[in-house]
Amino acid sequence: MKTVMNGDFAASYGAMTSDVKFVAAYPITPQTLIVEKLSELVADGELDASFVKVESEHSAMAACIGAQAAGIRTFTATSSQGLLLMCEVLHWAARARLPIVLANVNRAVAPGWSIWADAQDSISQRDTGWMQVYAENNQDVYDSILMAYKIAEDNDVLLPMMVNLDAFFLSHTSEVVDLIDNDKAKEFLPAYDPEYKLDPKNPRAFGALTSPEHYFEFTYKMFEAMEVAKKKITQVGKEFGDIFGRYYDMTESYKIDDAETVLVTFGTIAGTAKESVDRLRKEGKKVGNLKIRVFRPFPAEQIIDALKNAKRVVVIDRDYSYGNEGAFYTEIKGALYDANLRIDTYGMIAGLGGRDVSTTVIKEIVEKAETSEPNKTYFIGVKK
Amino acid sequence: MNEKKELRLSIPKEEVLQPGHLACQGCGASLAMRYALKALGRDIIVDIPACCWAVIDGPFPYSATNIPIYHTAFETAAAVASGVTNGLKAIGNDHTTVMAWAGDGGTFDIGIQALSGAAERNDDIIYTVYDNEAYMNTGIQRSSATPHGAWTTTTPVKHYRKGWKKDLDSIMVAHGIPYLATASIAYPEDMIKKYLKAQKIKGTKFIHVYAPCPTGWKSDPAMTIHLAKMVVETNIFPLYEVENGKYKINIKPKNRKPLDEYLAMQGRFKHLPQEEIEYLQRTFDEKWEILLKKEEHFG
Repeated sequence: MKTVMNGDFAASYGAMTSDVKFVAAYPITPQTLIVEKLSELVADGELDASFVKVESEHSAMAACIGAQAAGIRTFTATSSQGLLLMCEVLHWAARARLPIVLANVNRAVAPGWSIWADAQDSISQRDTGWMQVYAENNQDVYDSILMAYKIAEDNDVLLPMMVNLDAFFLSHTSEVVDLIDNDKAKEFLPAYDPEYKLDPKNPRAFGALTSPEHYFEFTYKMFEAMEVAKKKITQVGKEFGDIFGRYYDMTESYKIDDAETVLVTFGTIAGTAKESVDRLRKEGKKVGNLKIRVFRPFPAEQIIDALKNAKRVVVIDRDYSYGNEGAFYTEIKGALYDANLRIDTYGMIAGLGGRDVSTTVIKEIVEKAETSEPNKTYFIGVKK
Repeated sequence: MNEKKELRLSIPKEEVLQPGHLACQGCGASLAMRYALKALGRDIIVDIPACCWAVIDGPFPYSATNIPIYHTAFETAAAVASGVTNGLKAIGNDHTTVMAWAGDGGTFDIGIQALSGAAERNDDIIYTVYDNEAYMNTGIQRSSATPHGAWTTTTPVKHYRKGWKKDLDSIMVAHGIPYLATASIAYPEDMIKKYLKAQKIKGTKFIHVYAPCPTGWKSDPAMTIHLAKMVVETNIFPLYEVENGKYKINIKPKNRKPLDEYLAMQGRFKHLPQEEIEYLQRTFDEKWEILLKKEEHFG
């Protein structure tokens, strides 16, 4: 059923279509519409779930950990400071191998207070063991949540997944979203029934003191799970497409076959970049776009394959790893190095704190790459 | 007379806690768990944050309790329990008891926010704080449950702890929870009765268990029960219940014992000058009077 809704509502409906039984969340702008809509859905009986209105994001994740460990499908949503407060328990959820799904509205980190789009929040939680998806539009938000449960709950994966959506550009912007019928969704995503859970009939202790003799192997198992997840994400994306007509993968290539300059983008910037590619091609420039939809696990193989014929790789980061460069830029270069590809790269930091990255800005970025020294980082549009 | 007396045990025979756990000699916290589980049985899920019990239950892949145990982060005992209980209810399980089991540091200090949240929502959990009056698992650092006058590694003798133990019980009563009780491991029948009562009540139940720690208190491990008894006889830690706002003191010592002997049995107090001992005595007596008044007015 096609309807018009903002990105926050798309996240709420994504959770509802996924038949979550438990939600614990704490409000933070611009995620508030997610918890408000979920409260309504639960109150109206449209979503048969328990919604615990906790006193902090830390407790939101802790409560989800408890419920999920008891064998119940859970959902939460947050943004920025809230995600940062969760940091400790994000690690906990992942190392406990709990397939929790979280919608994070990408918002800048304070100070100064900013409620606008910036991926610093989720990028700073990159190494918590969560899989990370960056949505391009509201349909992507909705579909990604349903797929996230399918991928995360796979017995060979069992890792939590974070679906990121840009503040305001998605969270508060209305678009057409095609909602999936509940029965069809259940066929795609069966009820959650984990092999191991907190069960008085089959008592086990989880997360006990772990000596150097065992800890290493627990981490190794997460490495294995992330490797499996790469295949599952592709597989589930295809399966989803075959059923619902919308195909997804870890990356998405746009007009890169003959492209000399390939933009590498994520989130809403990817959408704008595709429009920019069309405009620049009209000017005779051979430009393409590679969207990184999944950042963890990192799709190195797909990236190498997509970029191997490029003359110029231009990575746009809406984040900055203090003292180094954009996080995506570092990792893209790493992938190219592993494949012995010595291509000119450009790290372009843009759009921080919600500054608009329009087609004009992207055109500037391409021109900057054409005229600047390669293998360096540039901050785009800095006011001097 | 050949009258055959029937032995009636109010303490259930079954031992849920098994031998082989890692508690220190004379550990009050291990007895606390033993009695709590005797009362609550096996249809239970317990979550344990960082505290002595994170170690006592045993390292991976062992567990001394043979019940579902969830080890969790320091400040999350109440929140994880909220998740478990509400999650179970969402799938129709109304019978399994959910208990958070935390030390005083994880309760009085770092966990108080999550505990307050759970209590305010009146989530259906039993929250136990086993109180050994300092961060014992990390090596005897002061917490806000450490009593005035005590030595710890962060309140060395020259700067021993000054200031009163946080009155967490009153804070919990102020949340309007349906049930709060204090208990001491020297009174297992009283303690078990309280757990049985708590299990039948819906909502947040808070049980504050006094659990001596010979390692941290520098006391004789053989004297643990004795200390847990004396603390009640001196009115330092009165045994009482607050059920729906109504106070009931369970034990009123006929002749309150002076606290000198209690203090003298613990190395953590041995530096205390006489005037501090007198000050402690006066203050504990005052606190007892306040409790009596609470019972009188809100009994």
